[in-house]
This record gives sequence, structure tokens and C-alpha cells, in this order.
Amino acid sequence: MSERHFACAVDDLQPGTSMIVEGTDPGIALHRVESGEFFATADTCTHEEFSLGEEGEIEGNELVCPLHMARFDLGTGAPLCLPATIALATYRVEIEGDGVYVVSA
Amino acid sequence: MTLLIVGASVAGVRTAQALRMKGYDGPITLLGEESYAPYDKPPLSKEMILPDGDPAPVPLLTDEQLADLRVDLRLGVRASELDVSARTVTTDAGEAIAFDRLVIATGVTPRTLPGADRLAGVHTLRNAEDAAALRTGLATAGRVVVIGAGFIGAEFAAAACRHGVQVTLVEAQNVPLSHLLGAEVGARLAEVHAAAGNELVTGVGVAHLEGEDAVRAVVLNDGRRLPADLVVVGIGATPATGWLDSSGLPISDGVECGADLTVVGAEGIYAAGDVARWPHPHYGYDLRIEHWTNANDHAAIIAAAVTGAAAPTPTVPYVWSDQYGHRIQIVGRPATGSLAHVAGTLSGGDLVAAYVGTVGELVGAVVVDDPRLLMKCRKAITAGSVWADLDLVPAGV
Repeated sequence: MSERHFACAVDDLQPGTSMIVEGTDPGIALHRVESGEFFATADTCTHEEFSLGEEGEIEGNELVCPLHMARFDLGTGAPLCLPATIALATYRVEIEGDGVYVVSA
Repeated sequence: MTLLIVGASVAGVRTAQALRMKGYDGPITLLGEESYAPYDKPPLSKEMILPDGDPAPVPLLTDEQLADLRVDLRLGVRASELDVSARTVTTDAGEAIAFDRLVIATGVTPRTLPGADRLAGVHTLRNAEDAAALRTGLATAGRVVVIGAGFIGAEFAAAACRHGVQVTLVEAQNVPLSHLLGAEVGARLAEVHAAAGNELVTGVGVAHLEGEDAVRAVVLNDGRRLPADLVVVGIGATPATGWLDSSGLPISDGVECGADLTVVGAEGIYAAGDVARWPHPHYGYDLRIEHWTNANDHAAIIAAAVTGAAAPTPTVPYVWSDQYGHRIQIVGRPATGSLAHVAGTLSGGDLVAAYVGTVGELVGAVVVDDPRLLMKCRKAITAGSVWADLDLVPAGV
């Protein structure tokens, strides 16, 4: 049974930044790339415990963990460089009116 | 015939992983001289020696990941000789292992002091056995002296004081880390020791270690005598290339490699991690870097070279150090520039330092407890952006 979580209003998340979606467990991070598009991934880096929603760095359509520089594809979650070898879980993002929602499985 | 990786720590294991990720399907043999399954190095000077930390080594791979790697992992086996023309590595048990490709990932050996070997209570900190011995020693230690206030010494001192023992750090330079970061920034990092109740003695070398069977004191060049029942020597490390002495490979402070980490003049033989000296693509000159991330980067470069894939995008050097509840992150090469901005301290959790090159371009940065700022600096260093044009430092700093 999938669950939909309200993340924020569209204008609340500036392009090039990320946030943690409240009330998700395990945590989901919402990211907005420079073009304005939203992506949702697991909040915790697959290499080591670190919040990507809080401190992750967006570079184009990629997400870099600033602890050990693991890099992931925001669209697929695929690991793009070591030390990451495991994909990040990705989640569907829905925009409805002014609201941004993430859908967890 | 196998692709043989000598060294089962970060560089060796990551190389095996990178090869499989790139689709390399041939046999891989991984030799490790320790009996432990491959484990991660950073926790050795951090959580593994904390009184409430987990003393077990942190595995580099889960059982499932190890199975998926399909490597012939041979632990407790030390390489003693390489014959380049016969393409064999001889082990300390006398076995000759034939290879078609070889990856040298033997890392570095910590420097120590004369006489340290014969005294109980004197340690270096490089492997899981060292960390286990130090954790045990800390439980009963009365007075701890750390020789060398670099990253290993500082991280150990930070963990040791959590055991409730008094720690004295001895540093030969007037300011710790000043050869890498300059005296101003070195001082803003080193103040954390006193703030945490540890003592830092600088500008004086160690004359000798005193004791019969166990260490009793560290005697300094100026005659001072620091009583100690536990001593950690953290004065750097040298490349572990002794086993290659008869190989004819070019070695000078590390194994000399080309851009794709092929050892110069030795096709099919590569070096990875701390032991490798190679022309760093961002700088265009040879470097040997003892950083955890560098081992990961090397793994990807070698995997690309072996499989014929495009070389990965170069990254600038990056290292972190966790001390007294704060995280120091250093990116680029501060020593190649001059200090353009500094504010804050390590104990305040707000240190920011920026170093610029001759035309004002950012070449290095030190950031405490602010990963977002660190990432901005990393981007700017990679792009060669001019420091003055960047709005990197929060207003008011």
C-alpha cells in the first residue's frame, strides 16, 4: 500500500537545494535541481549514515554526499562513483496545485 | 591466470569492486597480510577506540557484497617478492602466484622511533590490531603521551580523553600541521586540545623513550621528561614498497605510475592508493596522496584502464578528520597557495580558511562542521574560480 506525504510548497524549496520530508520513515529526501525539477531519494547515503536531505550537494542531475564524495544519479538512484556501490532508493514525486508530494511504496 | 591485487585494504578492495562494476569478468585474487576480513581504516582512530564504541573492525564489504565480488580472498598472506618478467608474486609461504595483471595496493607503514619495538606500551596506529591494543591499553592507562600532533595523533588524543586519561601531545613543529595549512590555521585547529583539557607541547623533538620492558617516560630534546605508560607515535608513514626492492620497478617515495596508474615501464602492473605516485590530472604533476578518497579514485581509474573504459572525471584531493566532536574537512592543496581568509576555530565548530593561487584562484580550503560550504569550495577549486568572486563565506564571518 503506497503512502503519499506532503513535502512542501513548490516555492519553498529553492533550485539546487534539498530537504528531508517530514514524517517519513525511513527518511525521504526531496531535491530540486537547477532546472526546477524535483526528485526524491532515500535520505541516508547508501555508503554510510549521512543525511543527504540535510547536507547533500546537487551537481546537475547528480547528488554528492559531502562526507566521502559518493555520487548518485538523482533520477535512477544509481551509484556513479566509489565509495557508493549500492543505489539510493528513489520515490515518485507528484506536484498537485502548489504542493509537492512524495509517494513511498 | 588471474588479476592479482596485493593489499586487501581500501585501495585493494575498492579496485576489485570497481573492476566488477565496470564489467570485468575474469578471475581476481586478493591478498591481505592481516587475518581480518577487509575493514575500513578511518574508524581505527575514532569509534573503535572510544570507551562506548564498537571495538570490532568495520567491514568494507558485507558477506553478500564479498560473495558478489567473486574474488579469491586470501588472508594472512604476505607478498614478499615480485618477478616482473616471470609475472609472479612470491608469498612469505614460498608460493609463487602467477598473474596476467597486478595491482600493487600495499599502502604505507607508520614511522616509529628507535627502541619503540622493545618497549611495551608504545604503539603506532595503522591497523585493527593496533586499535585493539590501544583500546585495551587505554582502559588502564594513567598517563598518555602522543608523539606527533597531526591527524592521527589529534584523533587519537580526542578519543583517548574520553577514557578519562590525561593526554599530552608532543609536536616537533612550532605549530601542528603548519607545513600543510600554515601556522595561523594550524593554531586555530590545535587550540582544541587545550580546550578539551589535553596538553600540547610544541617546537621540541623527542630525545628518547625511557623504560626497561615497558615505557615509563618520553624524554624531550630540551631535557623535559614526560611520564607515560601509554605512548602513541603518529609521525607519518612511508610507502610499503620493501617487497618490491628486487623487482626493478621505479620507486621513489612510492611506486611511480603514469596517468592511468600503470607503473612506469611495466605494462599490466598498476599501483593504487597510498603507495602510488602518479601525475594527478588536475595538477599535471606527480603526487602521492594518503587520503581515503584517493584510494577510491584510484580504484576507478585502474578499473577504467583495465576494461578500456573512459577515465573517470578527476577529483581534487579531499580528506576529513573527526576530533572532539567536530569534523574538519580539507579540500584541494592548501600548501600550494597563500591564506586569503580565515575565521573561527575548531573548538568553536566554525573554522573557515581559504587559500588562493597566484591569480587569486581558490586552491584549497579548510572547513569545520559545514559540509555545504566545503562542497562550494570543492566546486570552486575544481573550476579554478577566483576566490574574490565567490560568495562562499556567510555574511558577518
